[in-house]
Amino acid sequence: MIFQFAQLPVLEVVLPLIAAPLCVLLRRGNWAWLLAMAVCWASFIIAIILLTSVDEGQIISYALGGWAPPLGIEYRIDAVNGLVLLIISGIGALVLPYARTSVAEEIPEQHRSLFYTCFLLCFSGLLGVTITGDAFNLFVFLEISSLSTYIMVAMGAARDRRALSASYTYLIMGTVGATFFVIGVGLIYAVTGSLNMVDIAQRLETVGDLRTVRVAYGFLVVGIGLKLAMFPMHLWLPNAYTYAPSVVTAFLASTATKVAVYALLRFMFTVFGLSFSLTIETLTFLFLPLALIAMFAGSTVAIFQVNMKRMLAYSSVAQIGYMLLGVSFANVTGLTATLIHLFNHALMKGALFMALGCVMLRLGDVSIKSMRGLGKRMPWTMAAFVAGGLSLIGVPLTVGFISKWYLIEAALERGWWPVAILVVASSLLAVIYVWRVVEVAYFREPEGGPRRCEAPLSMLVPLWTLVAANLYFGIDAEFTASVAQLAASELLAGVMP
Amino acid sequence: MTASFALCLTLLIPSVGAVLIALTGRNPNLRETVTLVTAGVLFIVVLMLLKMTSDGAPAAVILWYMVPGLPLALSIEPLGMLFGLVASGLWIVNSVYSIGYMRGNNEGHQTRFYICFAVAIASAMGIAFAANMFTLFIFYEVLTLSTYPLVTHKGNDDARRGGRIYMGILIGTSIGLQLVAIVWTYVASGTLDFTAGGILSGKVDGPMVPLLLALYMFGIGKAALMPFHRWLPAAMVAPTPVSALLHAVAVVKAGVFTVMKVAVYIFGIDFLAQTGGADWLIWVAAFTVLAASLVAMTKDNLKARLAYSTVSQLSYVVLGAALATSMGVIGGSMQIVMHAFGKITLFFCAGAIYVATHKTEISQMTGLGRVMPFTFGAFFIGALSIIGLPPMGGAWSKWYLMLGAAETHHVIIIIVLMVSSLLNVAYLLPLVARGFFLPAEDSEPIAQSVGAAANPQAPRQRPKIQEAPLLCVLPPCFTAFGCLVLFFYADYIYRLLEPLVTQ
Amino acid sequence: MFQFIASHYNYWIVIFLMMAGFYIVVSRGNLVKKIVGLNIFQVSVFLLYISIGKVAGGTAPILTGKPELFSNPLPHVLILTAIVVGVATTALGLALVVRIREVYGSIEEADIQAANEAMEQEDVKAAQ
Repeated sequence: MIFQFAQLPVLEVVLPLIAAPLCVLLRRGNWAWLLAMAVCWASFIIAIILLTSVDEGQIISYALGGWAPPLGIEYRIDAVNGLVLLIISGIGALVLPYARTSVAEEIPEQHRSLFYTCFLLCFSGLLGVTITGDAFNLFVFLEISSLSTYIMVAMGAARDRRALSASYTYLIMGTVGATFFVIGVGLIYAVTGSLNMVDIAQRLETVGDLRTVRVAYGFLVVGIGLKLAMFPMHLWLPNAYTYAPSVVTAFLASTATKVAVYALLRFMFTVFGLSFSLTIETLTFLFLPLALIAMFAGSTVAIFQVNMKRMLAYSSVAQIGYMLLGVSFANVTGLTATLIHLFNHALMKGALFMALGCVMLRLGDVSIKSMRGLGKRMPWTMAAFVAGGLSLIGVPLTVGFISKWYLIEAALERGWWPVAILVVASSLLAVIYVWRVVEVAYFREPEGGPRRCEAPLSMLVPLWTLVAANLYFGIDAEFTASVAQLAASELLAGVMP
Repeated sequence: MTASFALCLTLLIPSVGAVLIALTGRNPNLRETVTLVTAGVLFIVVLMLLKMTSDGAPAAVILWYMVPGLPLALSIEPLGMLFGLVASGLWIVNSVYSIGYMRGNNEGHQTRFYICFAVAIASAMGIAFAANMFTLFIFYEVLTLSTYPLVTHKGNDDARRGGRIYMGILIGTSIGLQLVAIVWTYVASGTLDFTAGGILSGKVDGPMVPLLLALYMFGIGKAALMPFHRWLPAAMVAPTPVSALLHAVAVVKAGVFTVMKVAVYIFGIDFLAQTGGADWLIWVAAFTVLAASLVAMTKDNLKARLAYSTVSQLSYVVLGAALATSMGVIGGSMQIVMHAFGKITLFFCAGAIYVATHKTEISQMTGLGRVMPFTFGAFFIGALSIIGLPPMGGAWSKWYLMLGAAETHHVIIIIVLMVSSLLNVAYLLPLVARGFFLPAEDSEPIAQSVGAAANPQAPRQRPKIQEAPLLCVLPPCFTAFGCLVLFFYADYIYRLLEPLVTQ
Repeated sequence: MFQFIASHYNYWIVIFLMMAGFYIVVSRGNLVKKIVGLNIFQVSVFLLYISIGKVAGGTAPILTGKPELFSNPLPHVLILTAIVVGVATTALGLALVVRIREVYGSIEEADIQAANEAMEQEDVKAAQ
């Protein structure tokens, strides 16, 4: 047998990492695309196998190169990152078949194989951040994914030069964030002498509540906060999402911020432990208000955007607010809500940005004006957009509803009913910005005549697969809810001494 | 066939019907046949369910668990049975009418129209037979979404504006208030199953009871309790069959039905009566009854007037629930049926008048009664039922409501009900009088709009009878006859509903 | 007190460099200067790591077989990696600046922002 089951954790990350330079060598865009697709699907299948082997609370620990942890680098998979791995690889596997046509349209031929290289690097970096159990290794993977992301965002310059300045801003803010993160890790290392997360957690318990530990916590939260566009550190996000090529936006919006949220959860709950995070009250006094402001500010700004990609980008800022809100409840239901929303938001934003990619392909523009009469011109694309929009609002039978349900439940469990009301109030803002598009698309006459110009099947099939997932996991959320619940209780349990 | 299977069928049949309608869209005759057959089969299945459950067969089925602990489940209880019967039965009549109306008006997008209609009925069935609040809420939202394309059917600016209000209020209240109430209930009591006697007793107390009730009552926007009633008049931009079935029967009745369900099975009427949590609701409902009637009087557009009349009549049901006595609940539930028949008749007539003459304003309808005697006759009977005069079915629901009010010594409510009936007389009957007794101001436009068949030489005093197409005239006559029949068979409904209050 | 300050002199240097670098990133409008600031910021972190790993009196960690006191090698290794990351970031950042200079004709943040805002206004106008 060529594949050894025990080697799956490392293959998950290494396959795309090795395939990335191969893509450069292949030179031809189509070949690179084919390789990237094969690798992403392989990763997806591995992620499924990994998740099914941890979905009853088991833990897979893989010692890299045979060096036993805590000295060696450990890949450690439980239900939490099993779920996130599934999200990343699943979205990657769906985005790639879609990418071919879209990339051919938006990126010049000589850059295409390089694009797939960056894509694979980013993909492997995100998977690495998720799978690793080593704090410094996490930083390295974070930078692998970030650096390739900056390049991919900048590739939007073929269409709009603003992609360059967006990418530059992202680079500066992302690097500052990463450096903050390294400072935090360094301080922890100074206190505990370990980089393995589980090991750190155990040693921190004996160290107690030192000032150094608190400073490290602060640096880590701010550093990761920059990466996940936590309000008010979200300023890089709208421009980066708006001017990046459609494929990149679809992929990033559904994965990159999710991975950062995961890293935050990992450090807050596994490394520092719930009791520490609670004693210094970041959850209640920092996360809760910031999350609420993000929800309202993001959605309100989204209402006034003329560029649809930017509208969805601001909506992402708001949705990240929902995820942080779930964290700030610091109970099982709240964390379950966060993890479910992690999964669900990947599905809905992926679908929405993919739909916009189809519009971009056919009309070369995603302003509100270009949406006029699209219900007639691109009926399938628009139907998918509406489905994604309904999900964003949180209408029953879509995944958004499940997220809202758990969030409200968590708020009421804590007895914070005003927060529950704010959650629903902010989803009403989503009604406004989604419905604005629906009205324009279905009640206005088309700009370029009523001629139909539906996107090609190669883009519609992945798009509708995501939409179907949006509906399926909204109708039958047993899988997501049970995995998320398990993951949440694992996080809250911390590490057994 | 087991009762559980039949329950699933009530959802399945209209859904399959929707698919078949989509597939046969190219052939209008076939498509309409599919609609009618689906409606017929659905009604038969619901009747079989009635038979089976009255024989005592248990009927409950868990479809699947949407999230752990919260299943999508169906079951049967008297109130749902009643609503299911009314909605599925009137769908047949309404389908016949739709065919006449849509063809008579040469409306576009007819396939979309029939598909959405079938989906709306499927969700109405889901609401009727929901076994827990969670299931009910889900179908409630599907109903809102599936009726949006129907409301905005015309696709013009008016339709868009109406649709915006429609969606805004219905989605806004349901997600903004009702969802919070439901999750609150779930967190407080650990279940959402509709249970006889309620699930909240002892779980919520003090000022939280009226607060939670308020979240529910205003959250159920479809019940059109003021100040969340604006969507109903706004929805009148829809084609008349939509107004008739959905905004007189399925959608609004789904709203008040949910109100009843919440009062009886979530709170429990005893719990409400003990805590007095629903006292405030009596006054809000009474206010809505009177205020909406007053607004209705000022409307010249016939459909707008009927819409406000609906707002007013819906609050009768809310009032029944708020009284929290057995007679109130029976009266309110009966009102669901009686008003359905009465109001659908009125809307059918309004549509028939529009198809025949393209008139929408009441002031234009002078003398029309002699041209369209059947339509106006049916309108008269429907109006009498809404007013609550014997021998029409509407008399009974008002009777029981008054009994309920008397039981709780709410003399003012009895007066409100009486005044409201007088107001009904004042805004419904003038149209009939105007149609039958005033001479036509100018018969020319009628002749023109009816077409070449009209004889311009006909004497002015006796214009030729020019009814709308047969398919538009038969349904109102049928439902008007239904109003009459219901008066004599109200006892049957009473016995059906009795288990609601004797458990 | 003086003792405390003096014995932690490595931290003071690190903090000074860190603040200086961060200040440059935030306050300078020139895109190249921003990257210089970023570098100083990162270097401060390198120093932090290496100074943590230093053991007083220790030598380079080369195993000679004799029992010897040597500095912790792990931070060195980590920082080697971080330097690589830093170099890559700098290279990418500078490459971006070159491209920005090509299309915007300026590397001043204010100019670029003005150009972007003008484009945005056009977008809004076009969409109406």
